[in-house]
Amino acid sequence: MNETMIEFSQEQLEKVSQIIARYPEGRQKSALLPVLHLAQEAFGWLSTETMDYVASLLKIEPIEVYEVATFYTMYNLKPVGKYVFEVCQTGPCMIQGSDDIIAYIGEKLNIKPGETTEDGLFTLKTAECLGACGYAPMMQMGKYYKEHLTKEKVDAIIAECRNNASASN
Amino acid sequence: MSSIKLLLENAHIEGIRYFDTYRKNGGYRSVEKALKMAPEDVVEEVKKSGLRGRGGAGFPTGMKWSFIAKPEGVPRHLVCNADESEPGTFKDRYLMEFIPHLLIEGLIVSSYALGSNTTYIYIRGEYAWIPDILEQAIAEAKANGFLGKNILNSGFDCEIYVQRGAGAYICGEETALIESLEGKRGNPRIKPPFPAVKGAWDRPTVVNNVETLAAVVPIMNMGGEEYAKIGVGRSTGTKLISACGNINKPGVYEIDMTISVEEFIYSDEWCGGIKNGKRLKACIPGGSSVPILPANLLLKTAKGEQRMMNYESLSDGGFATGTMMGSGGFIVFDEDQCVVKHTYTLARFYRHESCGQCSPCREGTGWMEKLLLRLDQGHGKMSDIDLLWDIQSKIEGNTICPLGDAAAWPVAAAIRHFRDEFEWHVTHPEEAQQ
Ligand SMILES: NC(=O)C1=CN([C@@H]2O[C@H](COP(=O)(O)OP(=O)(O)OC[C@H]3O[C@@H](n4cnc5c(N)ncnc54)[C@H](O)[C@@H]3O)[C@@H](O)[C@H]2O)C=CC1
Ligand SMILES: Cc1cc2nc3c(=O)[nH]c(=O)nc-3n(C[C@H](O)[C@H](O)[C@H](O)COP(=O)(O)O)c2cc1C
Ligand code: SF4
Ligand code: FES
Repeated sequence: MNETMIEFSQEQLEKVSQIIARYPEGRQKSALLPVLHLAQEAFGWLSTETMDYVASLLKIEPIEVYEVATFYTMYNLKPVGKYVFEVCQTGPCMIQGSDDIIAYIGEKLNIKPGETTEDGLFTLKTAECLGACGYAPMMQMGKYYKEHLTKEKVDAIIAECRNNASASN
Repeated sequence: MSSIKLLLENAHIEGIRYFDTYRKNGGYRSVEKALKMAPEDVVEEVKKSGLRGRGGAGFPTGMKWSFIAKPEGVPRHLVCNADESEPGTFKDRYLMEFIPHLLIEGLIVSSYALGSNTTYIYIRGEYAWIPDILEQAIAEAKANGFLGKNILNSGFDCEIYVQRGAGAYICGEETALIESLEGKRGNPRIKPPFPAVKGAWDRPTVVNNVETLAAVVPIMNMGGEEYAKIGVGRSTGTKLISACGNINKPGVYEIDMTISVEEFIYSDEWCGGIKNGKRLKACIPGGSSVPILPANLLLKTAKGEQRMMNYESLSDGGFATGTMMGSGGFIVFDEDQCVVKHTYTLARFYRHESCGQCSPCREGTGWMEKLLLRLDQGHGKMSDIDLLWDIQSKIEGNTICPLGDAAAWPVAAAIRHFRDEFEWHVTHPEEAQQ
């Protein structure tokens, strides 16, 4: 199933050394969160293999990595779609109609929160307050936020993702 | 009332994100000034300013700085808390996105005052594009001699690193943040010892909020005494408020703490009134952890005085009739909003975010969520309301960190002020189910 070799490129390894150098001598475990982010960017999600690799890089026990990876919500412990929509559902967003947005995306993509479309393009998730309450309703998509969402805006975002995906194939 | 702006005054200048423009507009003067002073004297200025922590607890910053332990040969650290995850709060993000150099400038002065040669910014992982902005600002400051080795020939060295979290509200609590910085799960530690004595890697560490550290810049520039003249009583200086909910103008505002809550909500300078001409029903003025107040108690204290946007006035009356300034996350509800449903979403939030170390918090938040969902959906009983009250009262004060309290207070306040609405959900199950 997993065809890519779990190994960082030279450039990524250099980044890892730079990150480790930010912390006191002998405290390279402190680099764990940033290095996990790096691994997720490189390999899409955190498989056991990936986590073991990170453990070996930081010279810590694999269990120390699993403990952390399972604690934080941003680490994906199973594969996700190419585009992940994380829609905030907390109070201030709810006031502005986040429930409708979640339902609309679900209907349009024919998935429930937590699921991925069959073509592997989209994952829908609910999220708790993302610090954009004044620009609600909103969602996180990869590195960026999409704010002041409307059904039309959702349509446009999905169309754009589909376009980009077919262009890069 | 005219507005005084100390933090956001230049935020709208084109190009202010970049060093040259920032510098041309008076940036980094506070570093030049501070490095000519003894570090203790910089701490003294901050003490005189009366600045209180803007992360929510309102602890006097200068006092905290003077508590930092200085064991021989042990490095000390300053850590900037940019984890901002309290529902309703989005002010630190605004500051970092639009005027990042203000934070970097404040960090340099504060690092000097505390003797931190390695300073960290811990930012919530979801703000994934902001580290680039901050790192760019850091690189520019360094290229211009304001960071790195021997800053402005003062002999002071300082590096600033940005570390991203990975999605955990609890990591905003300072000891959980420190655990996370060390590469662990965000489980809070028991205080004392306070981080100022034993923090990151067991070294003396001061954790301060983004806005607190940014405020050090105007304090240095104008002097602590002048800064203290702004505001009222122990609420000195300016405060950033992030306003959201059913208002006409959601956004981030800088206020001096002499305006009234009424002015803040209805004036066009701030929130611009309630959206769609509706009536104000209630408000959570300081982020989701602080008590909700109904309109009458929000605008006037129990003594019938105007309630003001400052620490003392917002908390006037204690929890019986008052609330708290908290992190400044101002959430406004109009007459159509259902308090039971909102309390449920908050309970869901806290259950999701509990780190699980203490049983009252871990179990209690789960119970509260279940009961509130049942009530909201019209399946509740009258006795559920009392049970809910009972559970929240058993969490408060019985946990390692205040997340437990933060989960209990909103429930307590909602029942205290809106009990009739909870009862209505029991007596009108069919309408509640709609
Ligand atoms: N901005 C945000 O997103 C959020 C803010 N909060 C706020 O956090 C607050 C609770 O924060 P805590 O840190 O638990 O409050 P706290 O009262 O324990 O501490 C406040 C600060 O003062 C320091 N301090 C207190 N006594 C000290 C002493 N004797 N020596 C040295 N330092 C001392 C602490 O280390 C800490 O930095 C809540 O009031 C809430 O409003 C909560 C959730 C999110
Ligand atoms: C559950 C919880 C979450 C917190 N989250 C934050 C946060 O996101 N940002 C913040 O500055 N302080 C947060 N705090 C408060 C910090 O523990 C600490 O008081 C603050 O960073 C100190 O900075 P200040 O003195 O400048 O306010 C949180 C506290 C608790 C109990
Ligand atoms: S109160 Fe809750 S969040 Fe805080 S330490 Fe205990 S279980 Fe964890
Ligand atoms: S409630 Fe959705 S971003 Fe804050």
